[in-house]
Amino acid sequence: MSLIEEQFTVSLSVNGTTRPVTVPARRLLSDAIRHDLELTGTHVGCEHGVCGACTVLLDGAPVRSCLMFAVQAEGHAITTVEGLADANGRLHPVQEAFRDCHGLQCGFCTPGFLTTIAAALEEYEPGADVSDEEAREIVGGNLCRCTGYQNIVKAVGRAQEIRTERAGRADGDAATSAGR
Amino acid sequence: MTTKLFGEPIVRREDARLIVGRGRYLDDIGHFALGVAFVRSPHANARIIDIDVSGAVDIDGVHAIYTYEDLDGPMAQPLPVLIPHPDLTAPRTGYALANGSVSHVGEPIVMVVADDRYLAEDAAERIAVEYEFRTPVVGVEAAERAEHAVHEDIPDNVAARLVQEFGNVGAALRDAPHTVSFTQTIERSASMPLEGKGVHARWDAVDESLRVYSSTQTSTSVRAAIAIKLDLSVDRVEVIAPDVGGGFGVKIVHPWPEELLVPWAAIRLGREVKWAEDRREHFISSAHERGQLQRITAGYDDEGRLLALDAHILHDHGAYTPYGIVVPIITSTQLLGPYRLANYRCQVDSMYTNTVIVTPYRGAGRPQGCFAMERTMDRIADELGLDRAKVREINLIRADEFPWDHHLMFQDGRPLIYDSGDYPSMLTKLRELVGWEDFEARRAAAAARGRWLGIGMALYVEGTGVGPYEGGHVQVLPSGKVLVSTGLTSQGQGHETAFAQVVAQELGVPIEDIEVHTGDTRRFAYAVGTFASRAAVMSGNAVALAAQAVRAKALRIAAEVLEVDVADLDIVDGVVGVRGDPGAVLPLASIAVLSNPLRYAFDEASKAATQFARFASDEQPPVADDDEPGLEGRDYYSPVRSTFASGAHAVIVEVDPGTCAVTIEKYAVVHDCGRLINPRIVEGQIHGGVAQGVGGALYEVMAYDDMGQLQNASFMDFLMPYVSEVPQRIDIGHQETPSPLNPLGIKGAGEAGVIPGSAAIAAALEDALGIRITQMPLGPSQLFDLIRAAGDGHADHTFNHARRSQEESA
Repeated sequence: MSLIEEQFTVSLSVNGTTRPVTVPARRLLSDAIRHDLELTGTHVGCEHGVCGACTVLLDGAPVRSCLMFAVQAEGHAITTVEGLADANGRLHPVQEAFRDCHGLQCGFCTPGFLTTIAAALEEYEPGADVSDEEAREIVGGNLCRCTGYQNIVKAVGRAQEIRTERAGRADGDAATSAGR
Repeated sequence: MTTKLFGEPIVRREDARLIVGRGRYLDDIGHFALGVAFVRSPHANARIIDIDVSGAVDIDGVHAIYTYEDLDGPMAQPLPVLIPHPDLTAPRTGYALANGSVSHVGEPIVMVVADDRYLAEDAAERIAVEYEFRTPVVGVEAAERAEHAVHEDIPDNVAARLVQEFGNVGAALRDAPHTVSFTQTIERSASMPLEGKGVHARWDAVDESLRVYSSTQTSTSVRAAIAIKLDLSVDRVEVIAPDVGGGFGVKIVHPWPEELLVPWAAIRLGREVKWAEDRREHFISSAHERGQLQRITAGYDDEGRLLALDAHILHDHGAYTPYGIVVPIITSTQLLGPYRLANYRCQVDSMYTNTVIVTPYRGAGRPQGCFAMERTMDRIADELGLDRAKVREINLIRADEFPWDHHLMFQDGRPLIYDSGDYPSMLTKLRELVGWEDFEARRAAAAARGRWLGIGMALYVEGTGVGPYEGGHVQVLPSGKVLVSTGLTSQGQGHETAFAQVVAQELGVPIEDIEVHTGDTRRFAYAVGTFASRAAVMSGNAVALAAQAVRAKALRIAAEVLEVDVADLDIVDGVVGVRGDPGAVLPLASIAVLSNPLRYAFDEASKAATQFARFASDEQPPVADDDEPGLEGRDYYSPVRSTFASGAHAVIVEVDPGTCAVTIEKYAVVHDCGRLINPRIVEGQIHGGVAQGVGGALYEVMAYDDMGQLQNASFMDFLMPYVSEVPQRIDIGHQETPSPLNPLGIKGAGEAGVIPGSAAIAAALEDALGIRITQMPLGPSQLFDLIRAAGDGHADHTFNHARRSQEESA
């Protein structure tokens, strides 16, 4: 007896690289990312969209990859935690901030927080203030069982500081080269 | 001098891989492994009449379907009672797959192995099980009534009657100037790590060896269990705990059925097999904790001195007792807290119910014990009209009274003797930190805004660092890299950082050169596990001792090479130097080369250790009789008994009279875990514990209905705190009373944060509302009902409420 389902070959663009995967229609995006593309940084904590551990960015916006099918992701640009650092391998400000602030313990929920916060900070210009209240709002949909969120909230503010510092340095570099 | 590292809040070393998605958790391993799904019982109490697998067995891609009938040898025997105890007179455990009956919803009955988990679930759905229903027993009161039995041959549903006793409670209660009796309940919750359990197994038929990865808190013990149950020689089995996404107790239980079935199937099928638990499975088949009903009678004098305490506790341990009666033992011993008491009796009846098993969840019976004692203190204060802090103060063990012997046996089978502490100073610090004396002004200001404010506190003592032992291995490689191994596992506690700090300091090497490994039986085969706030105490001291052994050997070799006295040598930044002679230096890497006499050279460095190059006496063998090759050391730390940490929490809550929503206005913690290895990590542990304490006090319940169905088995319905539910700030005061029991003077910190949460918040709610709080947790609906019941005369106001009302009207 065969229950083998119809397979679909779709192109998934993840972290700037497009790769084909052949999957049944019901294959969750989270499983395709983790097991077909072997990008295991994205974690699955509940498979019902509540915990946020599986959050990836779809065209820059956070989505729960356990609530999407892989076939729905074709034509969209997906960013996972593995794609947050820049092309030179420099950590994203929020990654640096989580380390600086002890924003993680077991690390399982962390990729979902990192992607969520990275997307949210794009709404802020470097130099703009992110209040604690705004920080709590940003991380308000993700579950963490280890940290009690205290240092995660701090890390949001710290990430924005790092963005500001980096923008300042970039401006400085630009000013230096313009002056030559 | 090497940079001081012990006690420094350095950033964690494990974070480098975890923040970029390069952690390796259980389900990150084995992308091509066969998937597993289980048919689990939908009924809480039933006999299995028939299992029909005909609808699933011929599906393409299904490799095997197993029931109890397929289990052989030790696998067909019941799962072990891990911690036997003389008072556990009617132990009962389940089977890897149900043998003819099921005792809780979620119990595994059939195992399906297929190409992947999707297909395995499809096949599992096509398996039909016929049941004969029996009336389930849900809740300890139903268990006590014993109208129905969970297990037919245990008609009273009692697994154990544990009595802890000293003094003469009966006489002391009769003679006490005052007595008070009350009953209170505390609900079930669960560890609920973000990563569920999981097992991956691979059988190497050529090597006849088994490698198992498990998301466990004890890889060495899982290894022993697998070897016994699968009838393998233990040397053929290796078990590795990879990165583990939180444990909090649930992963110390072992062997879970899946930890045996997955490797068993991998051997039979000759294929890699993996099972990763989904969230619903975790809710209904992994362990819960907390649920107790407590009947308390206390005798006290006019000043609030506690003279006698009699507690009768019904403990809900669910359907089986694989972890023995550890939770009842801890509740009944740690209930005593930081107080002096001459007459004590605590009876815990550990009751079977048709619900998932109850085994330690962070705190492990202490939150319940703390709830009993601290609510007793509040009750005495209320009855006498005294300040709650003052009543506690008069009962505290004084700083000069250590060691304090309670003359009871603790959970490690050792005497319950507090090693050190300073409880009065802790209480003073707490009052300052929370603003205890200024609170009435704050309450009045809130009342003027139409808000109800209340304050509460709770103190606890926590036995940490239980034995029997842990070990450590430190090895300096010829490259200069320092490998550190200990057998216990890590679930986010920062062991790779903390143990590296200890070794860097003891050995005198840069922390960057150190690599720490935990929970891997290939690297260290002797260990107990990570639970009971024991890892820093046990393995911290073990790796310190191992590092000292390496240091001694390095200095001995260096003294020979440099022709100086050992006493003139020191190790700084990984280099042995002679005091007062900056030119005479020898890196540890070179000593590592010299420590291993060679016949063959592989590179320039190793030439120094070959037979024609090496310094050696003609009369001595290259490896002396009492020596061994290599620059490495192994040692064990085994304490005579536990070391006792302590703490005190105070909380100010605000209740919205309209919605009954509770807001935590202030949360203050004074914490004493002896010397701190890394304050940043300790504070993180406290933060996480407090959040779990708040969850347990205000939100988390396991909503079983009368049929034993868990009604809220998802993150949508089980209200685990988000950031919006935790205090916006946690004020922490550290106090460091070193333990005299171990070389580093440390005590455990892992569980502390969660212990007093329910007691302190209950006290604050009671203070805010003026209504007696006898159940936790309490959400807005329950508070609303309670306020209405008090208005109707169906719930009691506190005496303090009456006093305040009088003052207001006067």
